Amino acid sequence: MAEPVIAYDEALKNFDPVLGLEVHVELGTRTKMFCGCSTEFGGEPNTHVCPVCLGLPGALPALNRIGVESAIRIGLALNCDIATWCRFARKNYFYPDMPKNFQTSQYDEPICFNGYLDVDIETDEGRKTFRVDIERAHMEEDTGKNTHMGGATGRIHGADYSLVDYNRAGIPLIEIVTKPITGTGKYAPEVAKAYVAALRDILRNLGVSDVKMEQGSLRCDVNLSLRPTPQDELGTRSETKNVNSLRSVERSVRYEVTRQAARLLKGERIVQETRHWHEDTGVTTSGRSKEQAEDYRYFPEPDLIPIAPSREWVEELRATLPENPAFRRARLTESWNLSDLEMQNLINAGVIDLVETAVNAGMSPDAARKWYTGELARVANERSVEVEELGVTHVELARIEELITSGALNDKLARQVLEGVVAREGDVDSIIASRGLAVVSDDGPLLEAIKAALAADPEVAEKIASGKLQAAGAVVGAVMKSTRGQADAARVRELLFAHLGVSE
Amino acid sequence: MSELIRKDASELAALLSSSEVSAVEVTQAHLDRISQVDKKVHAFLHVDTAGALATAKDIDTRRAAGEKLGVLAGVPLALKDILATQGLPTTVGSRILEGWIPPYDATVVKKLREAGIVILGKTNMDEFAMGSSTEHSAYGPTHNPWDLERIPGGSGGGSSASLAAFEAPLAIGTDTGGSIRQPAAVTGTVGVKPTYGGVSRYGVVALASSLDQVGPCGRTVLDTALLHSVIAGHDPMDQTSINAPVPSVVQAAQRGDIAGMRIGVVKELGGEGYQAGVQQRFDEAVVVLQSLGAEIVEVSCPSFDYALAAYYLILPSECSSNLAKFDGIRFGMREGDDGTRSVEQVMSQTRAAGFGDEVIRRIILGTYALSAGYYDAYYGQAQKVRALIAQDFAKAFAKVDVLVSPTAPTTAFKIGEKMDDPLAMYLNDIATIPVNLAGLPGMSLPMGLAPEDGLPVGIQIMAPAMADDRLYNVGAALERALVSQWGAPILSSMAGV
Repeated sequence: MAEPVIAYDEALKNFDPVLGLEVHVELGTRTKMFCGCSTEFGGEPNTHVCPVCLGLPGALPALNRIGVESAIRIGLALNCDIATWCRFARKNYFYPDMPKNFQTSQYDEPICFNGYLDVDIETDEGRKTFRVDIERAHMEEDTGKNTHMGGATGRIHGADYSLVDYNRAGIPLIEIVTKPITGTGKYAPEVAKAYVAALRDILRNLGVSDVKMEQGSLRCDVNLSLRPTPQDELGTRSETKNVNSLRSVERSVRYEVTRQAARLLKGERIVQETRHWHEDTGVTTSGRSKEQAEDYRYFPEPDLIPIAPSREWVEELRATLPENPAFRRARLTESWNLSDLEMQNLINAGVIDLVETAVNAGMSPDAARKWYTGELARVANERSVEVEELGVTHVELARIEELITSGALNDKLARQVLEGVVAREGDVDSIIASRGLAVVSDDGPLLEAIKAALAADPEVAEKIASGKLQAAGAVVGAVMKSTRGQADAARVRELLFAHLGVSE
Repeated sequence: MSELIRKDASELAALLSSSEVSAVEVTQAHLDRISQVDKKVHAFLHVDTAGALATAKDIDTRRAAGEKLGVLAGVPLALKDILATQGLPTTVGSRILEGWIPPYDATVVKKLREAGIVILGKTNMDEFAMGSSTEHSAYGPTHNPWDLERIPGGSGGGSSASLAAFEAPLAIGTDTGGSIRQPAAVTGTVGVKPTYGGVSRYGVVALASSLDQVGPCGRTVLDTALLHSVIAGHDPMDQTSINAPVPSVVQAAQRGDIAGMRIGVVKELGGEGYQAGVQQRFDEAVVVLQSLGAEIVEVSCPSFDYALAAYYLILPSECSSNLAKFDGIRFGMREGDDGTRSVEQVMSQTRAAGFGDEVIRRIILGTYALSAGYYDAYYGQAQKVRALIAQDFAKAFAKVDVLVSPTAPTTAFKIGEKMDDPLAMYLNDIATIPVNLAGLPGMSLPMGLAPEDGLPVGIQIMAPAMADDRLYNVGAALERALVSQWGAPILSSMAGV
């Protein structure tokens, strides 16, 4: 099944790769593109359906305005022109997951066209920016989902019967298509991955989709062709479907380069075809041949009227666009004085917005970062939720931070306060009161506790007295333990040395 | 009470409103008439006796309780079997939908129910509204009450025949290229194709989306207007529906004053190819219009010569796509699903078994016309012709208020006569197609009987978009003059059933 490949470096010595990416994004609209059915993921099969999305005789589509608005916002974020007039078209083909046996899509009149997205990748010469030109972003509807039962592979071939769930049918999709991406050289896999990652960031930042690749709300088809040199015509491409993780995008490009190069070097030609990506084995296999191009008999959808977004509307939407995530990261890295790695940690933890809110409210960037990537990230991870879902506000954090600075809380106590906040036991001060978490600031009980600790371990007193100050740790630890963490460790240390008559 | 069936809808409405008769009596009288004559006429595919009587009873109860009801509340109606009716079969005259019970009502059906109109049943039609004779129904032809050997027109022959046979005082049709007007013409009844977008298409099984329009049918211009005002109006469920006030069609039908109006006679719609008696009655009707004070102007619309050709590219193209959903997967008939065949084979067998010849002919035609490499030459070119036809209309309406022509080139032909000659069949719609292509309103009303065969002849009135009221104004004036000339409505001279 697997085809012969050659080493990646060897392939690159002989060929220049050209990429093309088609990304389908499911919009996060509340209702479907052409009817009022819910778009919620995971409902019982065929419960989010109506005459329209089931394609019953007589039903007609009614366009979701939020879907159009999202398309325009995506186009603007990708530096596209927005059509002054465009239409939907019918893409005709028979398939059981498609209720009407045509997909309502856009053909030669996409709503967004002619854009670009700049992506950064690491190269041998350091960080480098590639501009990916975007051909178009158009609106269409999703299909239903087939489940093939009884076969070994889960594919239609060999199945006993198939079930169709139309819940997904009619969910708004935006298809974003790049122009051929040339000039990447050996970095084609990295550019592909960086493009999808940057696109995902932008879409998430726009709030138009939850962009979950694993749930299929962002799906990627990777086109790849090779040519002997950058001066040659584009070669025949393969189209690898549904590459559904960032890592797979990179791996599938790398694999296709090595597979196509092996064929070409043997004098074989590349077949224009759809290929399937296999996550487990890291190879693509041949799907349906596209040698005889399918004739979709596109024509303008007569059941919908043309869309003519007014320039005022477009400008209104442009004015409300959030900052480009890449620009924003650069700005915050500088103003918070972070290293690239520190910024990356913030991104990975998904807490950039939260930190920014806290900093804007007066918390120091370091403190905010420490909380969100430290304790809060840990608790969120423990509970398998996003940090945001913990519901801890920056006001609560600021109060805890204030109490730490004043010495009223130590780190350990602060963590317990936070636990109370997450459990929604009340505000910070009432949690401290009700849980009895204030630092013991009265020297009397601390001194008693120090004496008790020394009595329990007489040797340690001698060590300290003889100058081995690092032995003090054991005493401090014992005191913290006997006060159930409510002591200020620094003060314990001071009192201990004073008691034993040594100086630091 | 049997005389109730001879009454117009407006007369019945008055009797019902003053409680001189009950809706149950009116409905029962029509149901009795249906059981009496429909074996011969075959206007109905499905008669909803229980549902009709239940609605009638409900109307009577509400009226007795003093509730304010719509003008047509309690008046029965025959519904073309192309509109989705919740709980009632909807076959579109096709085997492929045999037994399908829609889970929802078309917007027009909702409006009829809200108005308290009693739906007697679903009427016969050419399969998927493809045809001009109702002979293409998978359930057998409808017979013209004027002569049972003859066709009642099509595709809405069931609706027009039900009116002419006094089985219903009102009916609903749909008109893609003449399916309301041509049946009206050949049965001596009135039918209106409203402005495209004037009536919601939601729940109307699509033939050609950019041409289809639902419309009212009756035996008088006023009845037709009363029904028009019930079903028209904006519907957010149909994006091609026009968001504007419904033209004052009822007032226009009550007015009927054309003094000073300019009426255009379309040069291209008449003369050669038109039956002599049809042309004769038309020329006479024009004289009547002139005698009523209208100025008659001859206008030329040269692009109309290409209307039929453009229509038979646009319609099949759209229908090839609209009918793709009939695949046996989600509803209706399924053939060959015995566990040995692939989904493609089952879809293909279902469609081959479920669709009649004319439907298959048009699907093949449309699939070809939309194919890569042919699109520009066929579909693209047809759209250009369509634009030219709209321009011809615009130029004509700069000079005149309405246009007139014969509705159909001939009177009703014999059943079976044109079944083997699709092109001859298509020519029936030569005069009605231009308004569909331009999205304009058109009416057909009786203008007498052809001298050579004694069969009804219709005159077509055409108006600019959203000027549907002009049709009713001109139609009412002409109807009044002609009926007074004849001494009685045309249907009273029908021997038939």
